[in-house]
Amino acid sequence: MPSIAKPRVAHPSAQLNQIGLKQRDYEGVMSTLCAGCGHDSVTAAIVRALWELSIEPHMLAKMSGIGCSSKTPAYFVNGAHGFNSAHGRMPPIATGANAANRELLYIGVSGDGDSLSIGLGHLCHAIRRNLRMVYLIENNGVYGLTKGQFSASADVGSKSKRGEANQMSPIDPMLLGLSLGATFLARGFSGDKEQLVPILKAAIEHRGFAMVDIISPCVTFNDHNGSTKSYLYTRQHQIEATQMDFVPPAREILAEIGTAGEIAVTLHDGSVVRFKQTPEGYDPTNRSAVSRYLEEHAGTGKIVTGLLYVNEAGPELHELNHTPAHALTKVPYEKLCPGSKVLAEMQQGWR
Amino acid sequence: MEHHVSARVNDFAMKLANVNGTGSASANGLILQAIFRMGIPVSGKNLFPSNIQGLPTWYEIRVNRDGHVARALDYDLMVAMNAQTYDRDVHEVRSGGYVLYDSSWPLDGSLLRDDVHFIGIPFAEICNEAFAEPRERTLMKNIAYTGALAALLNIDQTIVEALLAESFSRKPALRDSNVRALRLGSDYAQKHFTCPLPFHMETMNANVGKVLIDGNTAAALGCLYAGATVAAWYPITPATSVMDGFKSLCEKYRKDPETGVNNYIILQAEDELAAIGMVIGAMWNGARAFTSTAGPGISLMNELLGLAYYAEIPVVLVDVQRVGPSTGMPTRTQQSDLLECAYASHGDTKHILLLPANPGECFEFAAKSFDLAEQFQTPVIMVSDLDIGMNDWVIPELKWDDSYRPNRGRILSREEIEALPRFERYMAENGTQVAPRTLPGVHPKGAYFTRGSGHNKFGNYTETPAEYQEVLDRLLKKHRAAASFVPAAVIEGRGSEVGIVTLGGCDAAVREAVEILARRGIRADFMRVRAFPFGPEIEAFLNAHETNFIVEQNRDAQLRSMLTLETSISKEKLQSVLVYGGFPLSARHVVEQVVTRMDQTPVPVGARARS
Repeated sequence: MPSIAKPRVAHPSAQLNQIGLKQRDYEGVMSTLCAGCGHDSVTAAIVRALWELSIEPHMLAKMSGIGCSSKTPAYFVNGAHGFNSAHGRMPPIATGANAANRELLYIGVSGDGDSLSIGLGHLCHAIRRNLRMVYLIENNGVYGLTKGQFSASADVGSKSKRGEANQMSPIDPMLLGLSLGATFLARGFSGDKEQLVPILKAAIEHRGFAMVDIISPCVTFNDHNGSTKSYLYTRQHQIEATQMDFVPPAREILAEIGTAGEIAVTLHDGSVVRFKQTPEGYDPTNRSAVSRYLEEHAGTGKIVTGLLYVNEAGPELHELNHTPAHALTKVPYEKLCPGSKVLAEMQQGWR
Repeated sequence: MEHHVSARVNDFAMKLANVNGTGSASANGLILQAIFRMGIPVSGKNLFPSNIQGLPTWYEIRVNRDGHVARALDYDLMVAMNAQTYDRDVHEVRSGGYVLYDSSWPLDGSLLRDDVHFIGIPFAEICNEAFAEPRERTLMKNIAYTGALAALLNIDQTIVEALLAESFSRKPALRDSNVRALRLGSDYAQKHFTCPLPFHMETMNANVGKVLIDGNTAAALGCLYAGATVAAWYPITPATSVMDGFKSLCEKYRKDPETGVNNYIILQAEDELAAIGMVIGAMWNGARAFTSTAGPGISLMNELLGLAYYAEIPVVLVDVQRVGPSTGMPTRTQQSDLLECAYASHGDTKHILLLPANPGECFEFAAKSFDLAEQFQTPVIMVSDLDIGMNDWVIPELKWDDSYRPNRGRILSREEIEALPRFERYMAENGTQVAPRTLPGVHPKGAYFTRGSGHNKFGNYTETPAEYQEVLDRLLKKHRAAASFVPAAVIEGRGSEVGIVTLGGCDAAVREAVEILARRGIRADFMRVRAFPFGPEIEAFLNAHETNFIVEQNRDAQLRSMLTLETSISKEKLQSVLVYGGFPLSARHVVEQVVTRMDQTPVPVGARARS
């Protein structure tokens, strides 16, 4: 991970957000990824979403595993703690961190190798726990740091740089998530920031596990003809199934919500996801309808994007465990230790 | 009958052979507790199969007025309740001993021994007559033999009945059936046999201020009292009862009295990789967190233990050892995780180990693990074992010092961070080898990027040899510095030329062996290692003895290996006594091996001087 400091240049037009911070205040160190890497665009979208939502930098925790994607938490929000852990193990580490302190915002950045191979089991169980976090999969279909092996998200027939075609069926994190009871599923494209930023904002406000699968082409190992995760292929085959706006509670304009033909989902904090466009008969709150729609498009070579499914009703980890509304780390020791008298009483029963 | 056992009061051993899943464990526990309440030093060892129902299981009880309660290998009485194992069970009784069996069916003539007394009581017939339900008949057979034993061994029946009344205080019908079965067994024995047997019990007063508790419950209590709020685990024998215990303690003592919310969270992980990951995440965030597991779990946790070591994140881990390698024998005991725990993970790693010998130390060391882990920002593994963890032990009542406050180590406050020109994560403070850390959510200036990849003292990524080595070398010094803070070795006796060194649950058997050896003219000093890194007293003890016997329960002499690796002691001074078949150690194992070696090796001058 790099430690190259970016020069701090105050741009006269730099806008301040509600807590008086500029977008630059949400940036990190200089990226060392390849020029043109999709991941850097995702980083830019994260910076934008965090800035727009006026998240306090130190109240963010950036979690990752190992891989190109997992380096990226160094490239945003210098003022937040980051944890670049071990390959595939980010979900459990994020689970423990969240268990200890639910007051932070957790953004995990993972990749297709990290999430769909070595850490697949952990991902599944983080979904089942409905751990409150934003979980991004920067999905490019290849292992970059080890120079171009297929990952588990590579499509059947997609060709590697050497011309070899993948023959095993891919794992689709959206279908996987649906089958496991995920409560927030979205797919974006690193080349489409307009779509990605509102998705990320909704994911941040979602009360539960918000998984965003982002097609993020690998310019070095998977951007050639024959690849189904190249920039060109993704642009040509993307179907923007849903279009939505994220309306935060402070700017809520009731007149604009709930007009005919639109679906609006209110998040726990009062913000609203307003779907401007969905396919006919598609209801992003109806699991079986979403599943049907994704299944229908799975074999067609089309890449379905947008906020695909949201369920704000599912209890998250802390609700399931009846923990305090504040961080467990804030419970004073005096409340945790029953003391010598209780110990003596308890031992009366062990005689 | 020519053979007799000598008449003995409060000094004998018995073994109960049962079929697992038939309720015998409760009956055997009842006998143990009744003897405990009679004030007699006692131990119970459960030798059970890795199975739910139908396989042979044994329970051993030893009473000893002098307090020697390590496992005995000579059984005065065999309670043979499992026809599948009659053959071996009858063979194990010492000459002149007794076999109590269910005479509802005739005993195969080939099983008879003419140097052993057979006591047949038709337990099945008695229970079939007295009880109607099939399950009740099976269960009550156990209580009936408990009654017979009460008569034969002079166990105070009013105590047994009081215990039944306590257990079934809310189920009077069940209590009545139990008392009835107890009396049926007792009456039958009184009527048909001379009671009590030559060896039996009489009330003593040795258990004042003592309790009966297993090590896993005690470890859970230690975690509760240390203020652990996050626990993560994956079910595994024999560690499961650590978390079961923690859960029931938390349900009772961690519900907030004002709000009713849970001031704890227990996460059942998808595997041990996740369990340790959750602990790391929680500790990184400033909570006290722990996990419990056994050898196979430690194997899986190796990867992230290395991360915690290198990124300097506190971790508390309770390892309840069982027999390896691989799945091994999950319900049998061993001390074979020492090397795995001490050096867990790839690369150069060393961890702090605490090695309790009994439930009392499980409580104390579990609590201490959190202080050490936070003080040194590193994993601490409390290495217990199945014998300590799952058997009930008589120990002095646990004490807690209410003035205790957690040692959270060097965590920078908001104000301290604010005052810093710049936070540098891995810069050691005033020669302590420990670098102050910051917690997420406190101050943006305290933010840094935690990583398992190469880093320098500033916390930045590095691939520069000198920068990398500087951090790695400090970690070694930090580990060494912990030697002054871990529990020191227990040393008894000075000046002998023979030293006997052991650890953990071998304690009672080795102490007894030292006494027996002294009676045989072999004088030896005793040392029990209680932690790693080793304090200076350990090397000094080894140096002070011509020959040191290292007694441990594994094949490869793991403690001895660690002593040779981590001290300057010459290998020749360390001889191994190894017992690793899976059952708790007996003094006889130690005495026999030491005596054999002493006969083979030149006897050090003076070692046999004072017989």
